[in-house]
Amino acid sequence: MIKGNFIDNLPKVYGIYTGGFIAFIIIMAIGEQMGMTSKAIGICFVAFTVAIYAIIGYMSRTMAADAYYVAGRQVPTVFNGMATAADWMSGASFVAMAGGIYFKGYGYMALLVGWTGGYVLVASLLAPYLRKFGCYTVPDFIGTRYGGNVSRLMAVIVLTVASFTYVTAQINATGTIASVALDIPFQYAVYVGLVSILLCSMLGGMRGVTWTQVAQYIVLIIAYLLPVFWISNKMGAGFFPHFMLADEVARIGELEQQFGFVKNSAADLANVPKGLAGITKAHSAVNATPWAFISLALAMMMGTASLPHVMMRYFTTPSVKAARKSVGWSLFFIFLLYSSAPMLATLSKLSLIDPTLSTGIIGKSIAEVQAIDWYQNWNQANLMFVSDFNGNGTLELNEFFMGGKAVVLATPEIAGLPYVISGLVAAGGMAAAMSTADGLILAIANALSHDLYYKIIDPKAETAKRLVVARVLLVVIGFAGATIAAMEIQGILGSVIWAFDFAMSGLFFPLVLGVWWKRANKEGAIAGMALGLISGTAYLVWVRNGGSGFLGITQLTFGIFGSAVSLVSMVVVSLITSEPSAATQKMVDEVRVPSGKTILGKQH
Amino acid sequence: MSKQAQHWEKTRGLLMMTLAIWFVFSIGIFLFGAEMESVTGPFGYPLTYWFTCQGSLGIFVILIFWFANRQEKIDEEFGFSEREDD
Repeated sequence: MIKGNFIDNLPKVYGIYTGGFIAFIIIMAIGEQMGMTSKAIGICFVAFTVAIYAIIGYMSRTMAADAYYVAGRQVPTVFNGMATAADWMSGASFVAMAGGIYFKGYGYMALLVGWTGGYVLVASLLAPYLRKFGCYTVPDFIGTRYGGNVSRLMAVIVLTVASFTYVTAQINATGTIASVALDIPFQYAVYVGLVSILLCSMLGGMRGVTWTQVAQYIVLIIAYLLPVFWISNKMGAGFFPHFMLADEVARIGELEQQFGFVKNSAADLANVPKGLAGITKAHSAVNATPWAFISLALAMMMGTASLPHVMMRYFTTPSVKAARKSVGWSLFFIFLLYSSAPMLATLSKLSLIDPTLSTGIIGKSIAEVQAIDWYQNWNQANLMFVSDFNGNGTLELNEFFMGGKAVVLATPEIAGLPYVISGLVAAGGMAAAMSTADGLILAIANALSHDLYYKIIDPKAETAKRLVVARVLLVVIGFAGATIAAMEIQGILGSVIWAFDFAMSGLFFPLVLGVWWKRANKEGAIAGMALGLISGTAYLVWVRNGGSGFLGITQLTFGIFGSAVSLVSMVVVSLITSEPSAATQKMVDEVRVPSGKTILGKQH
Repeated sequence: MSKQAQHWEKTRGLLMMTLAIWFVFSIGIFLFGAEMESVTGPFGYPLTYWFTCQGSLGIFVILIFWFANRQEKIDEEFGFSEREDD
């Protein structure tokens, strides 16, 4: 099925797949009516979808280098867009984004603007040119454009630091979902998640990951949009929430005025379980300074354009033209989910805090709230908590606490949707975390196997041996990530944002100037990567250890400092050393036009 | 000026225009977040809120497709577009 005219049949194949998935949801809904337990439904959803991904991964197995590294460069524009969207939208986007908006409002929305605006930079500055280059990996571009093993090695280091920071969070997310859905302890669930991830990528490399990511996108977008539309209709908020929630947003503003944001004492807050938060910030009103908003958005945008697992998706398109269009499709598919997250946050918040709605709990007596079924469930899962701080027996806004994940995970249940939707959401979260983890692990393993092993250590290695090394590295990196994930050091979102900052500190300017500034040379690039990464990391360590920081740059935006150092050092060092050779300059000229052969051959 | 230099000059011009539009909707308008708040935007949302959850995001999608089309035209004009069999 994957051979021959598989590419021509793609719309049909994925059409049947989508139909099959919808049929599966309906069967589960019928099963629920007939008395299937919620646990059985959860297991079915996760097991069925993961099994499908594994089958796709198996059918995409390959022993050819260009299929393994860049999916044979024949992924059509729209499908590559879907794969990139799945690659991009992590467990954090899926599970935690709506929660972030719910709790932090405007200040958090900078992430939405940043994580979409970055694609404009990808499309205009980098993707088409790197596609023309014909590289297998991002360090492949750095190593060939600037020349020499040192620059290649530096790029591998930056890539590994950034992607590894990111991947532990994703494996952690697959573990969380697997442990809830399959009802097994987290330490084991992490490895169940890991095995699922490796099933998709081990045999087929980029080809396997591409076709599973398309399948995962379809699952995750259905799992995200269906509940949002359903809840909105059920609440009578509007049949198309994105265009119809203005009244609800205004109503939340009114209620915020009415209740006021009462500050809890530290002694009271000490009783609240770790990780839960109350509503302390305005929902739609501007609650951050312009610089706080802009610096976070800017860091995320430049980080987007430097993250190798995103960039390498555009190496798989058939042409330079297709790479550009594909970026547009990627962002379109991302937009579908991102524009829905604020709507979900709005619906979730209103249904909980509006006393005139039957689901509203603020203003009810504490005893009454503690007797609600869903409250008990989510309280037990450590995602909800109420406490009568002022002792008046009534629940106030400042006495209600929730975990960020609960917005996506619990809202369907609160709104009274059948359990089948919660099972669907678990499958969607799993798909989102798995697809991103696959992209990241593959990016690291490919950089180590292609750039470090083949290009630097053993340039004479045969293809078969290279691909075995690539797969061994894939497993090793996966296990390393899972082991760290099992230790649960950082929250899901914290480490995701750091990954963007690491990537932009070390890679943004060396990549962009490699195309747009002919004078950029090897010495400059090495200085830019090394000093950028070191200074960014130093800033992070300093701020983490109580340093005051400067210019309002926080531990979430340290990449702004790192990349500024990177830019300055790259320009200065390039200018005081000799200009690149005539051959390199000619290569840059060729990269700038779409026609003609790629710089690196089809097999290299 | 060689064909290639002309092509690159036009490409650079398009890049500058694209980045200017990008800058306005990702950074520029958020300098005035507090000022735009009282304005009612599309579908009745406060304008700043609308930009952060739909407006800027949607504009980026359209901007990329517009950019891709313009760049294709530039490539065609100078005969640098890819042949179908490439």
